[in-house]
Amino acid sequence: MSVGAVETAKAPVKKRQEPAVKAIRRSFSSPLASFLILVLTVLWTLPTFGLLVTSFRPEQKVATTGWWTVFTDPQLTLSNYHTVLFEAAFGGGTTGLMPYVINSLAITIPGTIFPLVVASMAAYALAWVRFRGSDVIFFLIFALQVIPLQLALIPLLQLYSSGKIGGVRLFPESLHLTGTYWPVWLSHTMFAMPLAVFLLHNFISQLPREVMEAATVDGADHFKVFRTIVVPLAAPALASFAIFQFLWVWNDLLVGLTFAGGTAEVAPLTARLLQLSGSFGSRWHLLTAGAFVSIVIPLIVFFALQRYFVRGLLAGSVKG
Amino acid sequence: MSGSTVLLADGTLSDFGTKFWDVLQALVIFLGVLALIFFAAGRAVGRFSRPLTIAVFLGPALLLILVGLIVPAIRTIYLSTKNSDSTKGVGFDNYTWAFTNSDIQRVLINTLLWIVIAPIVTTVLGLAVALMVDRLKGQAIYKSLIFMPMAISFVGASIIWKFVYEARDPSQPQIGLLSQVAMALGWSHPPNWLLSIPLNTFLLMVILVWTQTGFAMVVLAAAIRGIPEDIVEAARVDGARGSKLLFRVTIPMIRSTLVVVLTTIMIMTLKIFDIVRTMTNGNFKTDVLANKMYSQSFVEFNNGRGSALAVILFVAVLPLVGYNIVQLRRERAVR
Repeated sequence: MSVGAVETAKAPVKKRQEPAVKAIRRSFSSPLASFLILVLTVLWTLPTFGLLVTSFRPEQKVATTGWWTVFTDPQLTLSNYHTVLFEAAFGGGTTGLMPYVINSLAITIPGTIFPLVVASMAAYALAWVRFRGSDVIFFLIFALQVIPLQLALIPLLQLYSSGKIGGVRLFPESLHLTGTYWPVWLSHTMFAMPLAVFLLHNFISQLPREVMEAATVDGADHFKVFRTIVVPLAAPALASFAIFQFLWVWNDLLVGLTFAGGTAEVAPLTARLLQLSGSFGSRWHLLTAGAFVSIVIPLIVFFALQRYFVRGLLAGSVKG
Repeated sequence: MSGSTVLLADGTLSDFGTKFWDVLQALVIFLGVLALIFFAAGRAVGRFSRPLTIAVFLGPALLLILVGLIVPAIRTIYLSTKNSDSTKGVGFDNYTWAFTNSDIQRVLINTLLWIVIAPIVTTVLGLAVALMVDRLKGQAIYKSLIFMPMAISFVGASIIWKFVYEARDPSQPQIGLLSQVAMALGWSHPPNWLLSIPLNTFLLMVILVWTQTGFAMVVLAAAIRGIPEDIVEAARVDGARGSKLLFRVTIPMIRSTLVVVLTTIMIMTLKIFDIVRTMTNGNFKTDVLANKMYSQSFVEFNNGRGSALAVILFVAVLPLVGYNIVQLRRERAVR
């Protein structure tokens, strides 16, 4: 395309015209458009709002009237939350959902830190300690995103319980990983690798070359450069990835269900809620409170850190 | 009452203590080992120092990928040619079963419906919102609220919508929003939504659309913002307005982003498992491939059939991811 021609053609017009993006949007803005967006937003918000309201209504009201009647009959209580968090009835044995809340945190924190550290090291090596084949390795890691989790579940489960994969022993059976957080942590770390290395490589490879070279001239080795320059400079990208991974692990069901089962010792909230939505399916005053307990932490993270979240999203799916 | 509350709180506290200790231990071991390796490898000099550096930085990631993805994937393909407890080879029997069993055919048809309808509806809605929302007063609030469901787990989202779809006998007051609205609009006997075949499959798709429209909106809005001004201006000078501007300029200019959004949601849809598992457990003819894979592997404990279904899922997802990768590499080449 002849850019020059467009440049000169555009110059005289420029003053009269509004910016292009606005022009596109102007053709879609009308009272009708505003109305449609308003309707859509209400539709998008109402289900969550109904859940929240219901979780604060007394059992008898929830069972016999719709949550929208709260506006004419405002009776609210916190007792549903007390029941789901601390009372045995909802926990199925011990003490409500509280152990599962703790499990979700215990799974998510290392499940975010492990892949963050391992992937940022790999991304640094692939970007700045270049060697023969580093491009090929980078592409292979990225391409491994084609493997769906499902393709790895059965052999990994066998590995964690027996220490062997396909007849090759990787660790002694006496390690007893099953029933601890380790299978869940390790699986989340493994499954996060392809995307994490790709995203962080994109960012780390664009750090200013002069800064890196200046440090090397000063006698810093790669370990020092990584600690003192890469990590601080790449902090925004690391934060973006950390938020993504946190939400991913916290919201995950498949990995948790497969490798942690449903027990109060290790199972995350999502796995427990799945069981409850079956067995407590009609006790909505409890189920709604339980569901809200599980979604409140990601919602806080999301609203507080939306900017980083959006940046990470765009880095991952548009710019590549 | 107060005594038992204290007791329960005590139990929670000690439970928290043990688990917190487990996590702390794991983090300290992980970071400690790393620091030790960094320290030791940093001391190395001479011709081994460079390979050692590469091994330290890249080794852990490669090992995790090898043990966690590559080897298990190959092994699953191998297991798919074995019987339920992997003691006997059965050739392609598991695949024959998957493609001839009427139950699984239903699953495959449902999965196909999901990957065609849900991603297209999501992308179109996301594009529409991206185009319309920006000139509204308080647009940040609208955007945040439409984007919000993305932060909610599929399990949480499913419970939210299960409550919307809750149906009572029409003679009683309704507690589910959908039944209430249907009756207010004059439908005197709305069905029990989740039991209505084939409507229920589409009602489950609504949950995916609900969670992912915000994603499509954000990514497409960024792409629209990136359209070069001169192109739009040239089109406007030529008299392009409204739908003409949309179909001749805007959509062609963001075509590659549209495709990436569409395929990304398709890949996610293909692997979807949580929604069906929480809403219907695959009953009432709503089952999809990823859920059936889980049921066969970890409920029926048939490793052969479970593996075969996982391989079918992999083969189905392959062209989509492949296309996505090519697209991303092309964009990187342009930059």
